[in-house]
Amino acid sequence: MVKLGFSIGDLHFKNPVLTASGTFGYGTEFDDFLDVSRLGGIIVKGTTFEPREGNPYPRMAETPSGMLNAVGLQNKGIEYFEKNIYPCISAYKTNVIININGSYIDDYVALAERIDRLEKIPAIELNISCPNVRMGGMAFGTNLNSAREVTKAVRNVCSKKLIVKLSPNVTNIVDFAHVVEEEGADSISLINTLLGMSVDVKKMKPALSTITGGLSGPAVKPVAIRMVWQVAKAVKIPVIGIGGIMTAADAIEFILAGASAIQVGTASFIDPLASIKILEGIEQYLAAKGFSDIKDIIGYINR
Amino acid sequence: MAKRIGSLKILENKRLNKEYFTLELSGSQRIPEMKPGQFAQVKVEGSPETFLRRPISIHFINPERNSIKFLIQIAGKGTETLSKLKKDDYIDIIYPLGNSFSLPSKGQRPLLAGGGCGIAPLLFMAGYLKNNGFKPDILLGFRNKERVIEYDEYIKFGNVFLTTEDGSMGEKGFLTDHSVLKSANYDIVYCCGPDPMMKAVASLCRARDINCEVSLENLMGCGIGACLCCVVDTARGNLCTCTDGPVFNIKELKW
Repeated sequence: MVKLGFSIGDLHFKNPVLTASGTFGYGTEFDDFLDVSRLGGIIVKGTTFEPREGNPYPRMAETPSGMLNAVGLQNKGIEYFEKNIYPCISAYKTNVIININGSYIDDYVALAERIDRLEKIPAIELNISCPNVRMGGMAFGTNLNSAREVTKAVRNVCSKKLIVKLSPNVTNIVDFAHVVEEEGADSISLINTLLGMSVDVKKMKPALSTITGGLSGPAVKPVAIRMVWQVAKAVKIPVIGIGGIMTAADAIEFILAGASAIQVGTASFIDPLASIKILEGIEQYLAAKGFSDIKDIIGYINR
Repeated sequence: MAKRIGSLKILENKRLNKEYFTLELSGSQRIPEMKPGQFAQVKVEGSPETFLRRPISIHFINPERNSIKFLIQIAGKGTETLSKLKKDDYIDIIYPLGNSFSLPSKGQRPLLAGGGCGIAPLLFMAGYLKNNGFKPDILLGFRNKERVIEYDEYIKFGNVFLTTEDGSMGEKGFLTDHSVLKSANYDIVYCCGPDPMMKAVASLCRARDINCEVSLENLMGCGIGACLCCVVDTARGNLCTCTDGPVFNIKELKW
């Protein structure tokens, strides 16, 4: 048996395959296709304190080897989540993590305090990198002082494991990684989407209602691997790699570059079984290469 | 009705004209029960430009042949690639997805109204209505005679009325101009087609207090309610076309 587990502090994950926020709903959308409990964890849809309607349609544009989205954190708010969603998803036998968002630091703090009371949520993913909201989101993740302030404030009220999700839309990603590590983050996940844009030449107008949106899919993978490699070398906390992972080989690239775990995102739209296939593929790869523990290949290229 | 991913075999790829073709698919397993208005997310292999699946309405179900039929318009690289598939090729689909049209109440008079590729789900609905004891009127709009497709299929289930924009077949004008809309009294209209057409049908139904259901064709990411890309603005806020729709009663829409 190959050992696949990893830990963030004392929080254990049975394997390194998680699902990225905003691409896997609350998990329940995928129940018909797979046993969600087999995954290392699921990071549910970006949640805000108050309900949000998100941006107007059109919110999506297909691009070469990827897609742009401008959903804008549509969700029903924390109260709805607690009453209607939490009871269903806390039955999953895996780590269910909430991705949290806000326009102001106080929003993040209020939300983190509420989630701190939810016994079956072992970690928070602090989203300071959503490119599709007018206030907050990426604004926190592209300014070092703001990234520091929001991480510090949430850390103060959050007794759960704290994962900070970084934006790639910065000059030096390592500076941001250092800042959130200093402020007490237990783990870093990256990358969120790259800011992008597409124009509909038939209609002669922007493809998205918001003009710009977040690019995901294989198109961003090399950028993501580069950033994961830079960050993993610079920090002591575990790094979770995200960005265009479609296959087990993609996931392994991230792990060899230094990621302790990965998140499957856009791939789940095209193949709802992508996450499970990637998990099985990682296991087969390790066995074929003669490794008994995934830890033996984390950051392998840096040795 | 559990959603599933299946690899289905093509029984027939039939070219209808320059723009349209039908794909009839079958599998080794029994095709699950589906309802008119539902759709499938079709994976397009061999087209690097096509990253996402394509949502395609269920055009018809044939229980004897254990088959599903799609009516597809070539609108871009994805659908063009699908048009080149051959008999015995396999195609990967996620199905059945979305909600469905509702049945009329007993004694009610239904009209099916479709334009362009929007006629696709209406054939399944026409058969469903007939099986449930209704005889629908079917009003189809096309640009010209050359573009009229599947007439012989629709005629099996009801009275078919046609409009063409140039008057080369049926009545001249848009679908909403057809005389049958003025002469007959319908209780419910089931509509699918380009947005301007559906909006015109919706406003006509509103003005005459006729119940109306439309099937929307919004761009989709996942088709299963995870990505929230295909939303439509409704009285209940932004709803996913893929899971809350694609069929909506016009009372819900902010048209």
